Amino acid sequence: MDWLQSLRLIAPEETLSIAGLVLLLVAAWGGDKAARLISVASVAALVGAAFLVMPALCGGAMGPDAQAFGDQYRADAFASFAKLLIYGAAAASLVIAPAFFDRLRAMRAEYPLLILFAALGMGMMVSASNLLTLYIGLELNSLASYVLAAFLRSDDRSAEAGLKYFVLGSLASGILLFGISLTYGFTGTTSFEGIRVALEGGLSHGALFGIVFMLAGLAFKISAVPFHMWTPDVYEGAPTPVTTFFATAPKVAALALTMRVALDAFGPQSDAWRQIVIFASLASIVVGALGAIGQANIKRLMAYSSINNVGFMLIGLAAATPAGASAMLVYLTIYVAMSLGGFIAILMLKDEAGEPVEAIAQIAGLSRTRPGLAAALAMVMFSLAGIPPLFGFWGKFVVFQAAVQAGLVPLAAIGIAASVIGAFYYLKVVKIMYFDEPADVVKGRSDWAHQALLVLATVFISPLGYLLTKWLGGLADVAASALFLAA
Amino acid sequence: MIGIEHYVVVSSILFVLGVLGIFLNRKNVIVILMAIELILLAVNINLVAFSAFLHDLTGQIFAMFVLTVAAGEAAIGLAILVIYFRDRGTIAVDDVNRMKG
Repeated sequence: MDWLQSLRLIAPEETLSIAGLVLLLVAAWGGDKAARLISVASVAALVGAAFLVMPALCGGAMGPDAQAFGDQYRADAFASFAKLLIYGAAAASLVIAPAFFDRLRAMRAEYPLLILFAALGMGMMVSASNLLTLYIGLELNSLASYVLAAFLRSDDRSAEAGLKYFVLGSLASGILLFGISLTYGFTGTTSFEGIRVALEGGLSHGALFGIVFMLAGLAFKISAVPFHMWTPDVYEGAPTPVTTFFATAPKVAALALTMRVALDAFGPQSDAWRQIVIFASLASIVVGALGAIGQANIKRLMAYSSINNVGFMLIGLAAATPAGASAMLVYLTIYVAMSLGGFIAILMLKDEAGEPVEAIAQIAGLSRTRPGLAAALAMVMFSLAGIPPLFGFWGKFVVFQAAVQAGLVPLAAIGIAASVIGAFYYLKVVKIMYFDEPADVVKGRSDWAHQALLVLATVFISPLGYLLTKWLGGLADVAASALFLAA
Repeated sequence: MIGIEHYVVVSSILFVLGVLGIFLNRKNVIVILMAIELILLAVNINLVAFSAFLHDLTGQIFAMFVLTVAAGEAAIGLAILVIYFRDRGTIAVDDVNRMKG
């Protein structure tokens, strides 16, 4: 009975793993000719999994009812919120891929499969409530991601991105794992519940080391400073659809995992890790803003922008309150839409021969040759900078509000000041597109799937997005409260 | 008498050696793969030692999972290395610099 209940709770993961395994066989028989079919089926599987996840979010599932396999895994509202974002982002990166890979004759059947398995791993990450589940989910996601980064085998930048991602990602897993072993040794258990109980009785030096190592490993995965150095290289080198994926889904998964580990397992000792999070947050904001200024490649610029945005999200984590967690989830949702919009716009920048245009200098005067695309990219940039009428502002606003409520006024003040510095390079891109002499390079025709998704993303981040604030905030509140049950 | 602290010290030394192996090594990417394995072995020593110390099987089960995943990780790392070598004709660490900034 208990077993059946558990199997029912992991239905989204079952859907994805069965679909992945079956499609793997189809890929083996059908070869690359079946790539389109497998893509469509994978999107269908992700949509199906999203529907299976929804009841838990709408019903606000939490507590013992949502625990599967003796609390190895939690299908609560928080996990469901993150999973919806992950599945949505994964599906989007499947839809945009064929138009990019077809030109290079590189649309292989493995691409959708790897995305599917990565999404499965990310689902396990956000649902993990035991260090073992956490590790397996993280590795399932990472191993698929390493291969994805090196997916364009003929391109030497892609192979280099894969190699760098693999080396630094494995190092991060090693650091995380060392932290896990110390946490296990000094608390005597691997379940979050047990760690929580053990830490309520005080913090030993060993456990403190465990917390520090685990947070360092997780900081790698969310590309927070000082563990961000892989991000620009991987974002630049990986094929653009893969970069789109990296900038959205794994970021949600790793941040949600960090939230659950920090607020649930390490919740009683929030004073011990708050300083680390505050440092990582401020350093990410500053490095993200300053590092982006000299960049000539727009994908590298977006990488620094993502480091910058992770810094803002960590402000919500430093607050360590339900309001802060809810604000992070709202910010994550908006960030996913902004990143998707930004990278899809970058995908649509093609020259006459269909070669991707990545140099910022080459999009000069884009407003005169492709006004629609320029407007969309400008909106994404303004939104990432957090300029008021656009929805990106709302994410920053709720995060700062939560920080102020938690008494972290200096942190919020420095964050706001640094976001002004960050606005500089976003505005520079807009200036180059609108006021410089046209370079007249971007000419290629755009795929309809790209156009449709770009319109969707820009409508979401436009002022129309504010219509959703109440609904989105409500869902995020329910999801965040699932993390604070024991507190 | 060898206590738990001896095991933790050995594993910490191995862990630091592994991390240094990644950062100080300027020669060959294969050495980096070996350093990563060293880190994972340090973790396994920790897990098994704690497991024996706590009289709790979880650590040993965890170590089995780590071993399995490490094998998969090494396979993927070598595969990526093969692709990289095919493009560049070298696996020297100093040559991994097509992108900078």
